[in-house]
Amino acid sequence: MTPAIELSGVFKAFGNTSIIRGVNLTIEPGTRQALIGPNGAGKSTLFNLITGKYPVSSGRIRLKGQDVTGLRPSEINRRGLSRSFQVTNIFPRMSVFENIRCGVLWSLGYRYSFRHRVDAAHDATERTEKVLEQLNLAARRHVPAGVLSYAEQRALEIGITIAGGADVILLDEPTAGMSHSETEHVVQLIREVTQGKTLLMVEHDMSVVFDLADRIAVLVYGEVIAHDTPERIRADPRVQEAYLGVPQGVA
Amino acid sequence: MKAADAPTAARRLAVADVGRAGVLRGYGVWLTAAVVLIVLPWVVRTGAAVPIMNQMGIAIVFALSFNMLLGQGGMLSFGHAVYFGLGGFLAAHALNLAGRGTLYLPVPLLPLVGGLGGLAFAALFGTFSTSRAGTVFSMVSLAVAELMAASSLIFDRFFGGEEGITTNRAKAPLLLGLEFTRDRQVYYLIAFWVLLAAIAMYAFSRTPIGRMANAVRDNPERAEFVGYSQRWVRYISFCAAGFFAGIAGGLFALNYEILTAENMGLNASGVVLLMTFIGGIGSFVGPILGAIVFTFLQSMLSDYTGIWLLYLGILFLATVLFVPIGMAGVLMLHAPAWRARRVGRLAGPYLVAGVCGLVAAVGVIGLLEMLHALVAADTPSGVRRLFWTAVSLRSVLPWLVFTGLAAAGALGLRWAGPRAAAAFADANRAGAGR
Amino acid sequence: MEQIVLFSILNGLVFGMLLFMLSSGLTLIFGMMGVLNFAHASFYMLGAYFAYTLASRVGFWPALVLAPVLVGLLGALVERHGLRRVHRFGHVAELIFTFGVAIVIEELVQLVWGRPAKSYQVPAALDFPLFHLFGSAFPAYKAFMLLVSVAIFVFIFAILTRTRAGLIIQASLTHPGMVAMLGHNVPRVFMIVFGIGCALAAVAGVIAGPVLGTFPGMAQVLGSVVFVVVVVGGLGSLSGAFVASLLIGTLQTFAVALNVSVGNVLMAVGVPAAASAALHDVWKVTVAQVAPILPYLLLVLVLMIRPTGLFGTRET
Repeated sequence: MTPAIELSGVFKAFGNTSIIRGVNLTIEPGTRQALIGPNGAGKSTLFNLITGKYPVSSGRIRLKGQDVTGLRPSEINRRGLSRSFQVTNIFPRMSVFENIRCGVLWSLGYRYSFRHRVDAAHDATERTEKVLEQLNLAARRHVPAGVLSYAEQRALEIGITIAGGADVILLDEPTAGMSHSETEHVVQLIREVTQGKTLLMVEHDMSVVFDLADRIAVLVYGEVIAHDTPERIRADPRVQEAYLGVPQGVA
Repeated sequence: MKAADAPTAARRLAVADVGRAGVLRGYGVWLTAAVVLIVLPWVVRTGAAVPIMNQMGIAIVFALSFNMLLGQGGMLSFGHAVYFGLGGFLAAHALNLAGRGTLYLPVPLLPLVGGLGGLAFAALFGTFSTSRAGTVFSMVSLAVAELMAASSLIFDRFFGGEEGITTNRAKAPLLLGLEFTRDRQVYYLIAFWVLLAAIAMYAFSRTPIGRMANAVRDNPERAEFVGYSQRWVRYISFCAAGFFAGIAGGLFALNYEILTAENMGLNASGVVLLMTFIGGIGSFVGPILGAIVFTFLQSMLSDYTGIWLLYLGILFLATVLFVPIGMAGVLMLHAPAWRARRVGRLAGPYLVAGVCGLVAAVGVIGLLEMLHALVAADTPSGVRRLFWTAVSLRSVLPWLVFTGLAAAGALGLRWAGPRAAAAFADANRAGAGR
Repeated sequence: MEQIVLFSILNGLVFGMLLFMLSSGLTLIFGMMGVLNFAHASFYMLGAYFAYTLASRVGFWPALVLAPVLVGLLGALVERHGLRRVHRFGHVAELIFTFGVAIVIEELVQLVWGRPAKSYQVPAALDFPLFHLFGSAFPAYKAFMLLVSVAIFVFIFAILTRTRAGLIIQASLTHPGMVAMLGHNVPRVFMIVFGIGCALAAVAGVIAGPVLGTFPGMAQVLGSVVFVVVVVGGLGSLSGAFVASLLIGTLQTFAVALNVSVGNVLMAVGVPAAASAALHDVWKVTVAQVAPILPYLLLVLVLMIRPTGLFGTRET
């Protein structure tokens, strides 16, 4: 089967500082995977490389078999990859409804059209309504997104990401800064909206990671040191060392 | 959170109803506008009314096109008059060709020529103008304006040098026997185009590209990650704005039958920013309101004083500092209180604040006018009529009086302003409680 | 020919350094506050007018000091009571505000000093030819202008690299948030930098007023060129502003000095004479007439090749 995402020999340096140092990673389609690693390991940078926000220094990135290295974020998105952001990244002055609809329009083929009326675009409206229901934000549809509560904005962030129906979803710390019960909600939401899709998420909350992920990749100092099932990652001595800083034998 | 659990089917129905009512109300607004435009020349019958309304109509189209950039796309242009002017020049040349019989072009279609001209130049200059947003966009628009101002001195044949290009709408072929020799006939042609352009621009804001222009304004990065190239979105908005600016330019050529390089200069671009912002960039009616009020003030003030632009500049600065939502925004803030029928409570406090403001304005205007009369030295008698009284510039008393008025008004505003604001907050609270 | 080249280089240097005096203040303000001060050239104009009035009362030399101080204070006031208020609405709102300030200043200048140009003269002490070359005189006043602008340049450079205040300013250029966290009163630093930037513009106005003319349109004439300079150099980059100032300064003086037509230039490089009437206009234009366009053409060219400007790194 063609991998959903395939990184081969990806390097990224800012000036003289290498952040990503030769990452090879294959994400099988239809799986939920997590990318973990200590602070500064380069997880967000790797996301920014995959989604085209930064150009790679060298290496290739393939999305569903297609080479997407060097494409702009919008072009990568159109090929079926969508992402969320660690810092909430929404359209603050537009309503909640419109935020979601922005995520819907391209995928329904409206593109840059000035011949359609959005109010008459029933497919877009229906899709948007459905996502709003999923997010539990239907009652807030007319509120400007900028005045939503933090948890609501995080939910909206995920909503914009999945609205276009992309089959490869990248979530960057979806539960960051959330309370325990809010986290549970979000995990449930993620499970629901990524049904049958490929998910790659950066996450610090290990209970979320082990709850959701089929496989886990561990990034340390810009290199993937392990990529395996949760059980084996738990037992992997290299992972223990990376997180605890002590070789297994000594401890 | 309980509300979210209510039966969704009923809610969806309610939403659909609101949607249909909204559509009906939408058509109603345009129909009302059409009726108003038709009866207006029969209601307002003072001598200069029709020419001023023509000027307002042109300003409305121009300001609306400007707000496609600023309000909807977040692009502040200092050179939007370039597309107005180029469209106008092309329309004027086309009308001249039509007059000579080289080109079949009936007068009513002339604004379209202007629009296509504006579109063509926007498509050309937009290629490098829209690559960046924010400050760089503004500076490039300024550079383009300067470029055209300098070019107008070089391309004599096209821009007509100092005298500009004159034309004559009476020589062009007729369409359906419609003549445009009298002011009122021209008025109805302009009114038709104003309505058409306004509807088109409103419709544009409700298309996918129009909505994404808002999205790119709010957050260009995120727009990229939902599939849209921010550059393309800006470029298309820019071209559309250029098109409608060109239509306004075509209307200008048709109405005044003359265009000079000044029409596409920096000052013309500045004026459209002023009127749009004073009206309010946050809503569709803002620029319309701004264009009407600004044009009115401009034509009134310039009859009475040589420093009218200073007053409009001060009005603009005051808007930026104190009410950046503009006139339309202020009116809309009062919608809840209006619906709750509590606007009446505001009359008292607003009146007090208004009187204080008026007193301060009289003081400041008096001082500025006296200063102007002294410096401009066009008053050998040393006497200037101000506010229906003869004011002697050489005596100390009027200076004192005006300073006193300005100070008293300012102090009064400091007292009345917060009270008016409190009354507003109170009326809104009451409105929300219903 | 040597005469044209030499004098153009000298004049270009004088004009370029003058541009740098304006663009350096503009760049400092932009770098720190993210605000492009549209009214910057208006403060330059105020400098010239203040100096004109002061010079007739107290003489040129005190005016050279007093006028910038007054304009600087005025600038600080504008920042404190205007710009700070609109800051929360974002950079476009700030740009709109400074645009309004520019309009009001221009109108006030017309109100107070009138529409016609003022005869603001070169001070008698500097009104002599410094040297003659190839039969042309180089005025001492231009040398003085160069001297002042170089002195200002050295002064800015020393402050930025040698003093604690300079270090804070430099840090604010790249990491404004961090500087605030370190306990510096960033709003006050902003006010001071804005004031100093305006004062620098005023110095330029004081010394340029007698040469470039003191009239209500002087802000608009130079303003647009200065904005081009900072964008070409790269917004927020001081070295970029320096290079672009000299580049555009010399470019324009050279073009003004060349009294040949575009047709001649094209003919010299082998392009045949224009056949069509439409192009005839272009053909008979002299290079000197094209001079005002050159900075804007350069801007378009630079932006197409390097969207961030020559030395720019910032994306805003």
